[in-house]
Amino acid sequence: MKYMLLIYGTETAIDEDERQACMVESTAVCHDLAAKGQFLGASPLHPVSTATSVRIREGRKLVTDGPFAETVEQLGGYYLIDVPNLDEAIAVASKLPPSKWGTVEIRPIYVLDDIPEPSRNEPAEAGADLRS
Amino acid sequence: MPLVSIRQVVDGIYRAESRRVFATLVRMVGDFDLAEDAMQEAFAAAVERWSADGIPENPRAWLVSTGRFKAIDSIRRRESAKAGHAAILERLDQIQERNGARAAAEIEDDRLRLIFTCCHPAIAEEVQIALTLREVCGLTTEEIARAFLTSPQAMAQRLVRGKAKIRDAGIPFELPEADAMEERLDAVLAVIYLVFNEGYSPSSGVSVVRADLSAEAIRLGRLVAERLPDSETLGLLALMLLHESRRTARTDAEGGIVTLEFQDRSAWNEEAIAEGLRTVSSAFQAGPVGPYAIQAAIAAVHAEAKSAESTDWGRIVALYEILRQQFPSPVIDLNHAVALAMRDGPEAGLPAIVTLTEGKLAQYHLAHAARADLSRRMGRMAEAEASYRKALELARLEPERKYLARRIAESIGS
Repeated sequence: MKYMLLIYGTETAIDEDERQACMVESTAVCHDLAAKGQFLGASPLHPVSTATSVRIREGRKLVTDGPFAETVEQLGGYYLIDVPNLDEAIAVASKLPPSKWGTVEIRPIYVLDDIPEPSRNEPAEAGADLRS
Repeated sequence: MPLVSIRQVVDGIYRAESRRVFATLVRMVGDFDLAEDAMQEAFAAAVERWSADGIPENPRAWLVSTGRFKAIDSIRRRESAKAGHAAILERLDQIQERNGARAAAEIEDDRLRLIFTCCHPAIAEEVQIALTLREVCGLTTEEIARAFLTSPQAMAQRLVRGKAKIRDAGIPFELPEADAMEERLDAVLAVIYLVFNEGYSPSSGVSVVRADLSAEAIRLGRLVAERLPDSETLGLLALMLLHESRRTARTDAEGGIVTLEFQDRSAWNEEAIAEGLRTVSSAFQAGPVGPYAIQAAIAAVHAEAKSAESTDWGRIVALYEILRQQFPSPVIDLNHAVALAMRDGPEAGLPAIVTLTEGKLAQYHLAHAARADLSRRMGRMAEAEASYRKALELARLEPERKYLARRIAESIGS
C-alpha cells in the first residue's frame, strides 16, 4: 500500500545544527527505503513564510501570502512510501527524526487507476544536450 | 438425514464455530465484509450439501474451504463488473497462496490475530471494543449498542467506521512483532476482560450469565498468556478463571443472584480454582504486578476461604490498598470499604460508602446495594430499605433486580 507521511512540527523546534543532522538522518532513511523498493519520494519544504495560497471564489482568483491555516505546528515535509501495511508505515514513521519533536501523520494514498507516471525534472534529450 | 435435523446440526455448529470460521476467512481474504458474506454463504450451502452428502468429518474445515470459494466467486463477480482491477486480481493470488495448509495451532490463532487487528492503536478505543465484540465474538449490533448504552444506529455507524479504517488505512490481519506486542497488549487485555464481563454479568438482560462469552474470553486469555506470559496476561487469565469458578454458585434456582457471602462454596468449580491459583502465583513470579494480577490475588483469597467469616479479610484490605494507590478509582474505593467492613465491622466501612453513594458513585447500583447491606447489618432497616430501593431503581439486570426486590421485602418484614 502507498502511504504519505506528513511531517508536522513547530518550525523553531530545532536549531540549524539539529536541522542539518535531521537532513542527514532522513536522507539515510530514504536510502534504506529505496534499497527495499519502498521509496516513492520525499522532500522537506521551505518554511511557511514562503507559502502562497490560491483560492477561486465566484470565478475570481484570490492569491494570498501564507499557509492554509496559521497554526503553531506546520507541514514541514513529506515522504511517499510503498509498504505492505500500516504497521510497517508506523515503523518507518517512528524512524524519522521529526517524530521526536513533531508529529508524523500517516495517510493512505487513494489509488486512481489512470494517473500517469511522474514526470522527470527535464526532458531526457534536453538534459543530454546540456551535458554535452 | 432429514433437512430439519441437518438444520439443527448446522445451527449448533454455527453457534460454536461461526466466529472461528469467520476469523480464518478474514485472514485469507483480508476483508471483513467479504469474509462475513462468505461465511454466511458457506453455512447456507452446508444445510443443502450435508443433507445430500452427509456431515463431513471436519465441519469447520469444510466451512472454511467452502467460504473461501464463495469469497473467490464474489471477487470474480466484482472483477468482471469492473474489468481488469489489478488490486483484486492481486488479492485473488494472495487468497490462493494463503490457502496453503496451516498448522492447526495457527488456525486456532486466527481469532487472536483478529483481536489484535480490532484493538489496533490506530482505531479509537470505543471502536476497538465494539469491533471485537462484533467481529471476534459475534455479538449483534443491538447487543453491543445495549452494552454501550447507545442506539443500534449509532453503534452500526461506529462499526462501519472501524471496518473502513482497517480496510483503507491498511491495518494488517497479523500478530504484531514481539517488540510491538507489549505496547499493543493493554488494549487487548482490556477488551478481553470486557468480553468476559459481558458474559459474566452483562450490563442488561434477563440472564445473569452468557457463559459462552466468558468461556470465549478465557480461551482468548489463554492464547495471549501462552504467547506473552507476563504478570498481567497471567493475572487476567487467573482473574477470569477464579470468577468463572463461582459461576453456578452465584445464581439460585429462580435465576436470582447469590452474593459471595451466601454462596454454596461446595458448588465452586475446584478445577477452575486450582488452575486460577496456579496462574496467580505464576503471575506474581513473572514480574511487577498490575491491576489484573492484584485483583486475581484478591479473588484467590476468596477461593481459598472455607466461608465468608473465615476469609482473610486483612489480606484483602491490604491488596485493595495497593490497588488503590496504583490505580485510584471510586469502584476500588467501594470494594476497599466493603472489605474494611468485613474485617472490622459494618461501622468501619459505612462512612466511605455513604460518601461514594452521595458523590462519584451516585448512579452505581452496587454502591447503593453495599450501603444497604451495611445498614441492614447494623439493624438500621429503614435506611437499608431506602438504599435497596435506590439500587433497584438503577439496576438493569433482571437477576440483580430480583435479588434487590427480595432484600426490600426482607427489610420491610423484619
